Amino acid sequence: MMETLFNPDGLVGLIFFVNLIVTITGGFIACTSRRLVRAVIGLVICFVGVAGLYYFLNSPFIAMMQILIYIGAVAVAISFAIMLAAPEERLKIGPSGPLSGPLGLFAAALLTSGLVTVAFRTEWSSLTKINDGSVKIIGIQLLTTHSMVFELISIVLLIAILGALVIARGGRGN
Amino acid sequence: MSILTLHNDLTTYLVIGAVLFGMGVYGIVTRRTLIGMLIAAELLLSGASINFMAFNRFISPDPALGQIFTLFIMAIAAAEAAIGLSIIIAFYRHHKSIDTEDAVQLKG
Repeated sequence: MMETLFNPDGLVGLIFFVNLIVTITGGFIACTSRRLVRAVIGLVICFVGVAGLYYFLNSPFIAMMQILIYIGAVAVAISFAIMLAAPEERLKIGPSGPLSGPLGLFAAALLTSGLVTVAFRTEWSSLTKINDGSVKIIGIQLLTTHSMVFELISIVLLIAILGALVIARGGRGN
Repeated sequence: MSILTLHNDLTTYLVIGAVLFGMGVYGIVTRRTLIGMLIAAELLLSGASINFMAFNRFISPDPALGQIFTLFIMAIAAAEAAIGLSIIIAFYRHHKSIDTEDAVQLKG
């Protein structure tokens, strides 16, 4: 079957391609940009792309949570930290040593190529689905099968908030 | 396989996850500010989450499990960012710097 751009399936493929480019470009900006503010903007772009990928993976709920938690909370918190703790004129830019750039590139290329090789060489066999993975099923499983982890996560978040307040408040008098 | 049907293939998502993971590793190794390393760590977590969601969509018999796990990863990432940023701010208050080379107090 020959796909063209001018039917719904082809359009979906085109949108996915744009999404993929957005994700990779955002990640590239986030890990290579010399200014931290631009790195955060790259991170936001990357998260938008990842949310789109989640939408393609049949879970609009997780896509919404991605935008809500990562862009709405984490990226905003990081940009506030940059405003509080990183005046631009004091920022030393560039890699941390003469060798760290090539070595980092080598390590990253090694890991990525290994993972890609595994992804291509393995024969993945899919199993029959026992439910449809809707929001209703997620809610039921969160409060029955995974209720213990759910409670533990809430305690972890509570302790993280309190700990963040305590740590960031210490030494405020000086 | 046409380029327009890439979105229906497990390998595509695994490759995207691997690329994001590699970018995160590169960022963690080369950044010299603590906030930059935190940003790179978020990229690493995104790569892992994409892998979970892809296996959840194409392989797993229970398509709710991977979504729940991704939700937990998001919660842990939010906690990690909150704690990390408060440590960075406390560090900045003491040293007037967020450079990794200034964080040598615990060096042996």
